[in-house]
Amino acid sequence: MTTLLLAEHDNATLKDATLRAVTAAVALGGDVHVLVAGKECGAAATQAAGLSGVAKVLRAESDDLAHQLAEPLAALVVSLAGGYDNLVAPAAPSGKNVMPRVAALLDVMQVSDITKILAPDTFERPIYAGNAIEMVQATDTTKVITIRSAAFKAAGSGGPAPVESVAVPASAGLSSFVSAELATRDRPELTAARIVISGGRAFQSAENFRKYLEPIADKLGAAIGASRAAVDAGYAPNDFQVGQTGKVVAPDLYIACGISGAIQHLAGMKDAKLIVAINKDADAPIFQVADFGLVGDLFTILPELEKAL
Amino acid sequence: MKILVPVKRVVDFNVKVRVKPDGSGIDLANVKMAMNPFDEIAVEEALRQKEAGKATEVVLVSIGPAGTAETIRTGLAMGADRGIWIKAEGRIEPLAVAKLLKAVALAEAPGLVILGKQAIDDDAGQTGQMLAALLGWAQGTFASKLLVEGDAATVTREVDGGHETLRLKLPAVVTTDLRLNEPRYASLPNIMKAKKKPIEEKTAGDFGVDTTPRLKVLKTSEPSARRAGIKVASVADLVGKLKEAGVL
Repeated sequence: MTTLLLAEHDNATLKDATLRAVTAAVALGGDVHVLVAGKECGAAATQAAGLSGVAKVLRAESDDLAHQLAEPLAALVVSLAGGYDNLVAPAAPSGKNVMPRVAALLDVMQVSDITKILAPDTFERPIYAGNAIEMVQATDTTKVITIRSAAFKAAGSGGPAPVESVAVPASAGLSSFVSAELATRDRPELTAARIVISGGRAFQSAENFRKYLEPIADKLGAAIGASRAAVDAGYAPNDFQVGQTGKVVAPDLYIACGISGAIQHLAGMKDAKLIVAINKDADAPIFQVADFGLVGDLFTILPELEKAL
Repeated sequence: MKILVPVKRVVDFNVKVRVKPDGSGIDLANVKMAMNPFDEIAVEEALRQKEAGKATEVVLVSIGPAGTAETIRTGLAMGADRGIWIKAEGRIEPLAVAKLLKAVALAEAPGLVILGKQAIDDDAGQTGQMLAALLGWAQGTFASKLLVEGDAATVTREVDGGHETLRLKLPAVVTTDLRLNEPRYASLPNIMKAKKKPIEEKTAGDFGVDTTPRLKVLKTSEPSARRAGIKVASVADLVGKLKEAGVL
């Protein structure tokens, strides 16, 4: 059995989700090959070759692939699919965009967002915002799977595995890249951070959100997250959102500040090892999942916490 | 240009679902159902495109058992022009849904298909991409902005670290993210008007699509529950506990 893993990367480095997906791919059994498709993505390919459990890296380069456009990327994966039993990717922005397209082109029903591998064809995946867990068995010969990265540990270093160049199919030119507005942040990736501190609507403004959370995040080396309410109110950027439809995180420590704890938010963080909730409403549902709860006004508590760290 | 909007009937997002004690699935008896929230955003977006003069007709399509027509009616009350109900029983997987939608898209020849990025019941997030693949069309997923101009659509997408903007050749498939728009409420006159709008009834068999599931659901279970911990009295107390736990 051989598995092809589509790497999530920005040409220079692999996203942490890729390292975690390697662990899941290895657990499927058999050899793992990693496909790094992009433009001038040699550094990312070299990084993939140095991961434990990776037998080979396939490197594909073209202008179309520079921004991970779904149509040419799916066509590339399909062109390679013949040699593989499993096609997998992290359930991260690019993988979620591309893999269902791959699956449909191969007439395969994808298994999305798996959290556990019970057998090479049997998996667990959360449904209904994590309020139920479904155990499914895939009956298609080729399996197309996306992996919830928070459920697997990052692969360590190994290898180095050989890196081979692969041909890129001609593009149909259905879509083109126009522009990107990406914030550069010094903080760790939300889905990779050991500590996450998140804020909700209780912050009342974007200024407060930054003023009260950033100093603590700086001291802890934490990533900053947000509830949907805080993002909708414009206090935090969209990609800060933790929850069913945002990021799913499983850090060692999750600090929820002024977040009531809607089930959609809990879906994104309840697998954290330790949860702290700070909220002025003692009856907020967040306290039902928190290991340590502190009832009070976050505008008083957070500065105190910053000093105490 | 016509816009086709596939909508799904799901358990209302406010309902806390319960797993059946025998592990055979989710207990759906007497549970409040509603249109998938992301599909509501899709309906709203299609209506806005029509109001901006970019589209001439908004057609809804939904696949499911009795009750599905009610969800289509919700979209018609928002302002969509007509509906198509493909009657189907049991679990219809995204791949089969995409095949049925492909058949509808070929018959209706829309310039755009707009649908939710995921349904909040099975959380699969596959249908839009699969439909685009089967049609050989461009896809713009997780859209937070959509601009239609001539034979192309400009889609701003939510990605890690911010946004990216793509240009798609039409026809294309667009899937909606939360920030695309805020869906309107149907007004009473529009709810009354919607009762007279046509809903065409079809079956999966009419399209020659095999809807047999490819995934066997072996068991559905409750997630491992988290127990509520303790309340601490002060920040000092909290920091002490966190140090004890070894996370600080």
